[in-house]
Amino acid sequence: MDHLDQLEAQSIYIFREAFGRLKKIALLWSLGKDSNVMIWLARKAFFGRLPFPALHVDTGKKFPEMYRFRDHYGKEWDLDLRVEPCPPIDAVDPTLPPAARSAARKTEGLKMALAKYGFDGLIAGIRRDEEATRAKERVFSPRGLEGNWDVRDQPPEFWDHFNASPPQGAHLRIHPILHWTESDIWAYTKRENIPIIPLYLSQNGKRYRSLGDQDITNPVASNASNIDEILIELEQTKVPERSGRALDHETEDAFERLRVAGYL
Amino acid sequence: MNMIVTPASPATPNGTTRPQVRIVIVGHVDHGKSTLVGRLLHETGSLPDGKLDMLKAVSARRGMPFEWSFLLDALQTERDQGITIDTTQIRFRTNSRDIVLIDAPGHAEFLRNMITGASQADGAVLIIDALEGVRDQTRRHGYLLHLLGVKQVAVVVNKMDRVDFSAERFKDISDEISAHLQGLGVKPTAVIPISARDGDGVAERTDRIGWYKGPTVVEALDRLEPARPLEALALRLPVQAIYKFDDRRIVAGRIESGSLIAGDEIVIMPAGKIARIKTVESWPVTPVTGRQGAGRSVGITLDRELFLERGDIIAHTNSAPRETRRLRARIFWLHDKPLAKGDQLLVRCGPKESRATVVAIEKAVDPGELSSVENKAIGRNHVGEIDISLSNPIATDPYTENPRTGRLVIEVSGRIAGGGLVLSVDAGQRAVPVDIVPVESALRPDERSARYRHNGAVVWLTGLPASGKSTLAKALERRLFSNGGSPILLDGDTLRAGLNSDLGFSTADRSENIRRLAEVATHLARNGHIAIVAAVSPAREDRATARRIADTSFREIHVATPAEICEERDPKGHYKKARAGTLASFTGILNDYETPQAAELVIDTSTRTVAEAADEIEQMLKTTGVLFDEVVDLAANI
Repeated sequence: MDHLDQLEAQSIYIFREAFGRLKKIALLWSLGKDSNVMIWLARKAFFGRLPFPALHVDTGKKFPEMYRFRDHYGKEWDLDLRVEPCPPIDAVDPTLPPAARSAARKTEGLKMALAKYGFDGLIAGIRRDEEATRAKERVFSPRGLEGNWDVRDQPPEFWDHFNASPPQGAHLRIHPILHWTESDIWAYTKRENIPIIPLYLSQNGKRYRSLGDQDITNPVASNASNIDEILIELEQTKVPERSGRALDHETEDAFERLRVAGYL
Repeated sequence: MNMIVTPASPATPNGTTRPQVRIVIVGHVDHGKSTLVGRLLHETGSLPDGKLDMLKAVSARRGMPFEWSFLLDALQTERDQGITIDTTQIRFRTNSRDIVLIDAPGHAEFLRNMITGASQADGAVLIIDALEGVRDQTRRHGYLLHLLGVKQVAVVVNKMDRVDFSAERFKDISDEISAHLQGLGVKPTAVIPISARDGDGVAERTDRIGWYKGPTVVEALDRLEPARPLEALALRLPVQAIYKFDDRRIVAGRIESGSLIAGDEIVIMPAGKIARIKTVESWPVTPVTGRQGAGRSVGITLDRELFLERGDIIAHTNSAPRETRRLRARIFWLHDKPLAKGDQLLVRCGPKESRATVVAIEKAVDPGELSSVENKAIGRNHVGEIDISLSNPIATDPYTENPRTGRLVIEVSGRIAGGGLVLSVDAGQRAVPVDIVPVESALRPDERSARYRHNGAVVWLTGLPASGKSTLAKALERRLFSNGGSPILLDGDTLRAGLNSDLGFSTADRSENIRRLAEVATHLARNGHIAIVAAVSPAREDRATARRIADTSFREIHVATPAEICEERDPKGHYKKARAGTLASFTGILNDYETPQAAELVIDTSTRTVAEAADEIEQMLKTTGVLFDEVVDLAANI
């Protein structure tokens, strides 16, 4: 078994646990590369089908390419697609900065969808390597009654035993690709020939590394025009970024931590 | 998991995969663990280019002497940018091994990290400061290694430069730690004098330790034996789900160990049903040919329709797991409320779950203090050995035989509260796979208990001849029956007239007599009746067997009437005959009755009436969940 096989087997295991142990689940389909890989993995887990709804909480502000992708593959993959709108931007706290306000709007839309369908589990395509707070996530992550996440009081999770009993009225987030990296996603997308939205590939020296709403997503400078080139780009950009950080503040952290913790 | 992966090394030059060994480094906090790790990474050429120079430059800039331990921290923090998880793994390579160093950092969550990390280690390095010698924490860590079943331990005596590389000092420490470890059943694979800071003994035997003839640290690591790869173990495919999305009935699960291929004859445990794998299904291409090994999430179809359920284990017919209702486990406890004898739990062993009761707590240890606290409860972040009885039989392996199926987690109120390793499986003969399918009752337990207003139970009355067992048994039978229950009396003597007429009074025959009584009684209890057994049952071992068979339904009552009064009563004249020498092997005057130590109830019939004694039994059956109280909460008993 190679690296991707192992990742795949683990994700399939998680999908089957979620489907078997929760009553009513849905997969959050954001149309991006991660959630497309998720759908693919789910179809592997369930022998070609997605036996629960794919939920698209729609801000109405995605790229046209994304809507076309949704409409096309929603049919081709025979998804039980539920598109749920978000409340108008005016309904969201106006004191928030623009990007946060936009995100808050999506959270509201999600809450409305949860209330409408009564899901006890939502499958989300977050990854640990995306950002530090996500790194602390569990695979089965309980949410409070308000949908909030209490990072300090997470249940232990080991040996692939997941806490699958959300409190009454609350729900669980399930993260089947938490252990994948950005490179893994691309390598797997290539290996399995999973369709992608062309915005990920370079046009005129720019490409999108992740896709969100049009107004708060920016492309990065890149000449990667196919997945192989993306993989090479990720491989190469990683090193200078990291070594740069290490010289600046990270080694300083290291000294601090050394003094404080007497680590190992 | 946070992985710091140095250049991958999938294969040796000749194309074979290098053995991978997982190690953990333990020892007192200031005895030089990080320095050794930093030094090892350097000596084995595992550092990224320029890393060492960069750190030296940073140290110089800050006016601090360079320390090897900074290295580990820098690598750590670098990845921490994106990842902060409990367990860290660092990879490096020796001549013939890929080493995965499992790091269990921090002390606050010490136990959780130590167990999840080190329980998977193949070997350990125990580090001791030559100046300070063996400290409490050194012994403590040695104990934990023993607890976790890590058998390969290399000891390094560090900071030899601070004792002038004294061979004598080294020998003292070596003797002391070797004796300690051997007392725990751990034989050190090597005891090595080193200076991690200067490099002596790490990869080279320098002149300063010229008197030392043993292996260096790198050589010692090179000699560690890797755990057997999971694929080489017996097949274990725990059933995660059964899907019938179309005309295929697919049994889905992840292969935890071993491998399978279409055409294999398999046995489904615990039922012991046999079938053949028809196909291995997949998507988008199906069926798949070729052998599927450990780690794969697969779906198989069988050549016949069999009843399977989540949690069953599929194995090959010649290497089936043990089936048990009782096991011993070494566990770590994470819940606020201490785990106590009698606690009701949910045990998960892979996808299998079973309600369970803590029958005994054998050891309870605070690994921080290493004081063996009273064996009554296991507190938060403590460890211990417990006996668990399970309400459903499960198929499992001791963890020494299979690290994947030999581990379990414990849930309290739907939340994981602890975990542990299966040490031994009691009363679990390796199940003989047979083509018999036990016929299940048409009635569910809750249907019966709704009618009888009680759960099934085995009420076991033990005591000297003429102590009053049969009298009490009959009184209890009448009372339960009057209340609408379903009691059934199983009198030892009565059964000897029929079912057990082939048995005499030898020790072996007595054991078999008790076993049969327990089996019959348990069958009745499983079908909702209260089996009342009245039997002298003098041997503790035999009664323990009965308890094992009847499991959580077992209620032991010691009828502890004083021997003189029993002899005085002597309704059957047995005491008289025995005194006269005409009755051999009579329990009562031979002092061979072994008094129960943990009976649910003790009754002396010389000090109370039959009615009073029956009251007490009834009360006990209520408090232990056999008889329902006035308000019947059936839901709680389903």
